[in-house]
Amino acid sequence: MKQYILKRIGISVLVLLGVSMLLYGICRMVPGDYVANMTAGNQNITPEMEQRMREVYGLDKGVVEGYVSWLKDALRGDFGTSFIYQESVVSVIAKYIGPTVSLAGISMLLEILLAIPLGIIAARKQYSRTDYTIVAIAIIGISLPSFFFAAVLKRVFAIGLGVLPVSGMVTARADYVGFAHFLDLGKHFVLPIIVFVVTGVGGLLRYVRTNMLEVLSADYVRTARAKGLPERKVIGKHAFRNTLIPVVTMVGGMIPNLFSGAVITEGLFGLEGLGNVALQAVYQGDIPYLMGFNMFIALMTLVGTLVSDILYAVVDPRVRYN
Amino acid sequence: MEEKNIVEVKNLKKYFPIKSGVLQRTTGYVRAVDGVSFSIKKGQTFGLVGESGCGKTTIGRSILRLTEPTSGEININGVDIMKVKKKDLRPLRPKMQMIFQDPFSSLDPRMPVGEIIGEAVKEHNLVPKSEYRDYVLSIMKDCGLRPYYIDRYPHEFSGGQRQRICIARALALNPDVIIADEPVSALDVSIQAQIINLMKDLQEKRKLTYLFISHDLSVVEHISDVVGVMYLGTMMENGPKESIFKNPLHPYTQALFSAVPIADPDVKMNRILLQGDIPSPSNPPSGCKFHTRCSKCMDICKTEVPTLQEYEPGHCVACHLYNKKKTENK
Repeated sequence: MKQYILKRIGISVLVLLGVSMLLYGICRMVPGDYVANMTAGNQNITPEMEQRMREVYGLDKGVVEGYVSWLKDALRGDFGTSFIYQESVVSVIAKYIGPTVSLAGISMLLEILLAIPLGIIAARKQYSRTDYTIVAIAIIGISLPSFFFAAVLKRVFAIGLGVLPVSGMVTARADYVGFAHFLDLGKHFVLPIIVFVVTGVGGLLRYVRTNMLEVLSADYVRTARAKGLPERKVIGKHAFRNTLIPVVTMVGGMIPNLFSGAVITEGLFGLEGLGNVALQAVYQGDIPYLMGFNMFIALMTLVGTLVSDILYAVVDPRVRYN
Repeated sequence: MEEKNIVEVKNLKKYFPIKSGVLQRTTGYVRAVDGVSFSIKKGQTFGLVGESGCGKTTIGRSILRLTEPTSGEININGVDIMKVKKKDLRPLRPKMQMIFQDPFSSLDPRMPVGEIIGEAVKEHNLVPKSEYRDYVLSIMKDCGLRPYYIDRYPHEFSGGQRQRICIARALALNPDVIIADEPVSALDVSIQAQIINLMKDLQEKRKLTYLFISHDLSVVEHISDVVGVMYLGTMMENGPKESIFKNPLHPYTQALFSAVPIADPDVKMNRILLQGDIPSPSNPPSGCKFHTRCSKCMDICKTEVPTLQEYEPGHCVACHLYNKKKTENK
């Protein structure tokens, strides 16, 4: 097992290297770099000044040269300075990670807590009214565009009923402290979390339902019934535990979403999180931040798959890594 | 001494509804089992044969009410199973156990062998806690499983060993009746013999009663005392093994038996080849269900359903050929 994990980590390093090359190449090939964006429309800028600025930002070098110098710094742990924030990339990420992780973390937890029981209920009552209702809601959730759903929620709860704030993270000029501040934060997160959960829960739910259906028709579940086990044990001990195996891998794959999946939702509700910052960085060509952020996501993806592979071995006795 | 009937099935029916259209209205029924009656004496093996889709498996599952029968009477060891409420069925379960065809899907992959065998023993409190492990080990020994297998998982075993685990699992509950649904068809021929012999040994030791469902006639001939032949959800013929194999009466049974291969290329086989396909069980032919493919079909066969009547002692057949003779003799 230890050997397997070490091997996987070794492979991950190579994957990250490949990912960084691709990312850097793409970032640099985007038309209109940071300097061009900044100086656009300003008639006082001469080509010489532009050239001078490119040198300052390190954009004068070629793609290969630029990548090598980025990699050298990155290997030493220095991911450069964000063009926009004029702060080190690591500290920008550290500053904005809080809202992102809380939003995605709470939403993911809710999704799992909703998807698993609902998926199981739907599977146990296949083709019943309950099943159709649950599946229909799941599919509506999947198909709802988040910007539209967010607009509807804002219209109803923020503008219509006036019970929740429209956007932002804290009420302006209120300057709450302590618990009141926490409560205020919470209120601002309600709508984003609803959007996140409703649009995201369907996929997992349908996955749980499909797997449960498959397990329920297996002979060992029939055997468990024939043995005279109470239904609670048939479902809990035999069916559910076997449904969990593929679900665990799916959840492992959701880990990177904790940090990246919120770009649109954060933007819609004006939450200052990683996704929103990344969106600005894309618009303006903030290469160091984009590289740092995307490498972080890549790392999380690799960690997520590794964790789910390890969990697989824990929940399924058939899987052994040697 | 004549043993009493331990299993009695009377006029068992299982119809699966066919639903269609937007409103999912029931537009018809698949008559998987259409009025089957038979009985099994204690300590005997009843071999149920017939081609795929004739309702053998459905009978097995319906007897245990794993699929709810549409109607009929099932009497096991004096208890009318059909009259028992679903939730009161659970304490009765240990007395009637089932062995499934596919040993790869009938064992929970996440449970060690010891627990698979012992789980229901614990659930029904069949042995005291202190003796539990020894009990599981003794059952395993009876089924030819080594003691150190107890903590292994099903995927570590071959098909034959898995089927032994399935048998041990059923046996651990000390049942009166075991319904074996094609227990050897997923196994190699050499392993088949081992499993069949194991089942026979256990039967002698424990006075077990088997309902042995199979499409393999040579296996059925080897293990059964009584044989029943099914076609399209109906029992065509049943009786003592010797009498059925030596003197098959029903044209369908004759055709079925003539299809058994003989391991000698020089023997000229006199095969009866049936024409056409099996009719759909959702729309079975009128009269005798076999009349569409029967070489001895008469007019009466198309209109009147033949009943199962005794031709020789214990040997019953549902065919107008014999029913008529019988009435003429009278």
